[in-house]
Formats: sequence, structure tokens, C-alpha cells
Amino acid sequence: MREYKHKLLGYLRREILPTTHCPGCGCGQVLNAFVNAIDDLEIDPKNIISVTGIGCSSWIPSPYLKCDTLHTTHGRAVAFATGVKVIRPQANVVVIAGDGDLAGIGGNHLIHAARRNVGLAVFLVNNYIYGMTGGQVSPTTPFGAVTTTTPYSNAEYPLNIAEVVAAAGANYVARWTTYHIRKLIAAMKEVLQKKGFSFIEIVSQCPVSYGRRVGLRDGVAFMEYFKKSSVGVGTAENMSEEELEGKIVVGKLVERHRIEFTESLRRINESCQKRASGE
Amino acid sequence: MKADPAGVLTGAHYLDGDFACGEGAMAAGCRFTAGYPITPSTEVVERIARRFPTMGGLFIQMEDEMASMAAIVGASWTGTKTLTVTSGPGFSLMMENIGLAVMMETPCVVVNVQRGGPSTGLPTMTGQADMMQARWGSHGDYEIIALSPQSPQEAFDLMIDAFNLAELYRVPVLFMMDECVGHMTEKVVIPPAEEIEIVPRTLTSVPPGEYWPYHVNGKYVPEFARAGDGYRFHTTGLTHDERGYPDMSAECQEKCVHRLLEKIKNNADKIVRFDEEQTDGADVVVVSYGITARVARMGVDLARKKGLKVGIIRLIVVWPFPEKRIRELAGNIKAFVVPEINYGQMVLEVERCAAGQASAICVPHGGGGVHDPNDICEAIVRAAK
Repeated sequence: MREYKHKLLGYLRREILPTTHCPGCGCGQVLNAFVNAIDDLEIDPKNIISVTGIGCSSWIPSPYLKCDTLHTTHGRAVAFATGVKVIRPQANVVVIAGDGDLAGIGGNHLIHAARRNVGLAVFLVNNYIYGMTGGQVSPTTPFGAVTTTTPYSNAEYPLNIAEVVAAAGANYVARWTTYHIRKLIAAMKEVLQKKGFSFIEIVSQCPVSYGRRVGLRDGVAFMEYFKKSSVGVGTAENMSEEELEGKIVVGKLVERHRIEFTESLRRINESCQKRASGE
Repeated sequence: MKADPAGVLTGAHYLDGDFACGEGAMAAGCRFTAGYPITPSTEVVERIARRFPTMGGLFIQMEDEMASMAAIVGASWTGTKTLTVTSGPGFSLMMENIGLAVMMETPCVVVNVQRGGPSTGLPTMTGQADMMQARWGSHGDYEIIALSPQSPQEAFDLMIDAFNLAELYRVPVLFMMDECVGHMTEKVVIPPAEEIEIVPRTLTSVPPGEYWPYHVNGKYVPEFARAGDGYRFHTTGLTHDERGYPDMSAECQEKCVHRLLEKIKNNADKIVRFDEEQTDGADVVVVSYGITARVARMGVDLARKKGLKVGIIRLIVVWPFPEKRIRELAGNIKAFVVPEINYGQMVLEVERCAAGQASAICVPHGGGGVHDPNDICEAIVRAAK
């Protein structure tokens, strides 16, 4: 019998598959989209440096994606990646991490990396929950949702993290869901070619630790929910806050052309060197 | 190899300890620094930020100390020599990623210009109360290297050693200054670059595809591959096997953590450094470090004038501790006297090593100033009885 080999399997570390992700999880879709994006762009994985934090979404590339993969501490991936990017400005430095990691414990690093406009490609996989620890409320969990640490109802409103990153000064911000896989791949390709801080919030599903407590028991139920709840940015512009309640606004939220941070740093160094040598 | 002349400000200078420390880092080849302003350490990064551009160095002021530490660990994985600088409150925040650097085996240097604590404590005044935090501050089992300079000249000299040790053992090296040394101004002689010996990163000779990041081949320290060089390696803060892949088992934990301990413990004789003076025939030996070593010397002189036989051990490398020498001395003397600007930290280590053969007497000081040499003299007199 001939062995079936997926055309993109070469991008993965086959020796440690299968992944740790649960049935119905969106992490596989994100990995699929990312690998398709780099394949379409013909980016050599040798030029990708992946930095991740802690949580299910960090396990999308770490350890499965076959490039340099650095699996760091909870929330600090963006700060760690900043250190990598300033020395390796030509590399595609990529951060894939979750809502708990990037919007919760690492929220401040995310805001400041966006403000600095450091040339990272950041994919925030928002599954509304702390999945790896078993389903605790996260900064993006909807108001009223039942989780293991809000067993009666979530008393907090969720953070619109993509808007926060846009306001902080990122060069590119978009939001898509795992239902919009073609749009997501297209956006990932834009991000991977964009200079400056580039960010996609990928709304994803966690049927095991989140969905089962809010009536979305499997991946298909989530796909239907994302399809039904999504509104394009253009349409959303003409909707009131009440009308947008419970909706997921998808599309490109912002695109700027500010100078990338490491380039800016290098220009300053060059002008100092010129001055020092009396040019 | 010899130091890159671009980073070496050869000549005789009049510098404070913070500036000398920054000069030491640049002479040692540090070309990336991330930091967050905190008294009394800020002058180190101010010096570096001003001087870096001409040597192609990059400084970033990060949003906090967690980010600073994370950034220097990240930059070190590109093969660059990296530094961050802080004081007590920031040192507490750095503990998380110091642990990451230990687990990933990342060379880097962390300066702590110690001030009085706990918490905000005495921001502008001296202390030495983070010595045990340096040893045990991050969670889990690990061994660490820490140095303590007693003067601006030593802040320069030992910084070179700190960077070299970080490279040799692939471990974060902690540079435990104190506010007094940081803010005192003295003559600092910076030698020519060709007289400064530098340990470069040990880059692997194994080609990509055959390389595993934690394959040590019977040695203590694995060979390094730089991120971005096409090795497509994996590294992690999780317990990992030789390939760097996570392995959640007691067997892997034993193998992984054991080597992290052994690479320092089994090389302690090479790492440990201290000054020793007149310990032959001494009844009392004073053990001290940093600014307190200089104050203690005055106390020792007073005691010697009274006819007492007093020896001195000055710790230069504080971790690993000179366990062997303290054990040897303990059999020959009555007591160790340990003045330090805390309520008794390194004295615990002296007491442990003395193991009841000699007493270990703490001369505490709460911080905000240095000891009165008379107090140290009195402690020596009492110990000699």
C-alpha cells in the first residue's frame, strides 16, 4: 500500500506528531492556514523564527512547525520575539499564541510592541477561554458565559483586543475566524509580507473546555456560529453598538505605513556613526 | 579571542561603579541591552544607550523588567551577547525569565545594583539583601553563577568575567553590585582591547539536519545554534530531551535538570573565586563581599591592632559558594565573622559549610548605609574569645 503523504507535511516535525490538541479544536485549522500561507509565498522555513508563550495556541507551532521554534514563558513571547527581531531583522519572526497569553498576562507587552511597531507577525488565537488549564474565564470570554471559574455567569465584559492593538499603533490589524479559512490565509500572507507590527485576531473554537458549557458542543457547531455571527467591517460601520452586540466583526481593521522599529533603530545608529566619523 | 576594540574605552578614567559596569559589558562584547529605569541602576543603561550606536549595539527601554529579561534571552538566541540591568523590585520581576534562561541554557548577564528592601524599600540607598534571591529566586532546582564587585574598577573587570562565564556554562550570570559600589566614583583603568580575553559563543560544527540543541555527547554544555541560521531547532522552557522536544516524564526531568545542576557543581572549582589573606594561624576569619568587604577590612585592621589573629576571605564569585575552602578553614579556626548589609544571608552558607567545627557569627546591617568598622571589630573580639 502506498503511504499517503500530505503535500505540506514537510513543514512539520513528523517525528512528534500527532499534536496534543483535542478533537474539534481550531488550532489545527490555524496551523493549516499558516502552512498554506508560507507555502503560497514560498517562504523558506529557515527564514522563519517562531516564538511562543504558554497555552494551547502556543502548541500550534511549538514543537510541531519545522522552523526555529522557541517556546518561552507565559505572556512574554512578544517581548522575547522583540529581542530576536532586532538582531535578525531579515527573518520572519512570528508569534502564535492565545487570548490568555497575549491579551491577559502578556497584554502590556502586546500593546507596547504594537506601539513600537516592531516587525513581528502576531497571530492571536482567541478561543474565549483558558483551554489548557481546563476552561477558566479569559479576558475575551463573553459577558454572562459559564466557565469553571465563573460557574454561575461571567460578570466581566470581554476585551476587544484587536481594537486595542489598532489603537496602540500597529501597522496592520485584522480579525478573522476559523470559519473564514481562505480569508485567513490571504490575511496571513499580507501579514507575512508587511513591515512593522502586524496582527490578526483569529477567533477560534474550543469545544472541549469552552463550547460544551455554552451550548456549542463540537467544531461544526462553532463553524455555524461563526458563520451566523460574523459581520464584515464595511457593514459593521453602519451598525449601532446594540446591533453589533454578540457579533464578530471580521476584516482588516487598520493598515498603516509607519517605519518599522528595528529599521528606525538602525537608522539612528547609522547617523551616530556618520557623526562620529566626521562625515 | 581578544575584545572588539569598538567597545573598549582604553585609558584611565574617573568613573562610578554603574558607568564602569556598563563599560565592562561593552568591552566584553555585549551588543544588545534591554532595561527598565530603576534607581540605583539606571546610569548603567544610560551609559550604554549613549555609547552603543558607535559600536553597532542596540538598546531598548522595555515596558517592564519581565519584558527586559525576555528580550535579552530572545536576543541571546541569535548569538548576541546580552545584558539587562535592574535593582531589587525589578530583580523580583526578572526571576521568571531567569528561570527560562537557565532551562533553555541561554548565556546572558543580569546586573542587580542592590538597594534596601523589601518592596520599594530604600530606592536610593544601599543593601545586600538579594543574595539568597540570586541563588534561589526562580522556581525549581537550578545552579547559578553570581559575582560581587567591591569597586568601580572591579565592576569593569568582573563584568568581562561575567560575560565569559555566561558563555562557558550557558547560564545567566548575576552581577550583584550594591548601591555604594554603583555610585562611588574612583579611578578605573581600562586596558587595550588586545589585553582583554573574551569567550565567544560556542557555535556548533554539526550541520543543520543532524543537529540537536541539547545533545551534549558526554560533555556538560551543549553546542549552540543561532536562531535564523537555518538549523530549524526547537528549544523550550518545558522539560525536554536532547532534541529539545518536550517530554513530560520523571525520567526526562531527572536527566534534564540533573545536567543543569552538574554543569555548575562539577565545575565549581574552576568558577569559584575569592581573595584570601592571613588565614594561616588565624583564630577568626572574616567573610564578606561587595562594599562590605572594604568596610570589613577596616574592622579587621582595628582587631589586628589589638593583637588578634584575623584572616580575610573576600567573595568575588558568590555563587557557587567556596564551600571547599570554608570547610577546610573551619577545622583550624574558632569562628567566622560575616558582616553583610542584610540580616544574615551568606552567613547561612558559611554556617552550613562550617558544620559546627567553627561558629559563624552574623554582623547584620539593615541597609541604607554601611557598617561601622568598630562593630565589625567588636564582633571579631567576641568571636576570638
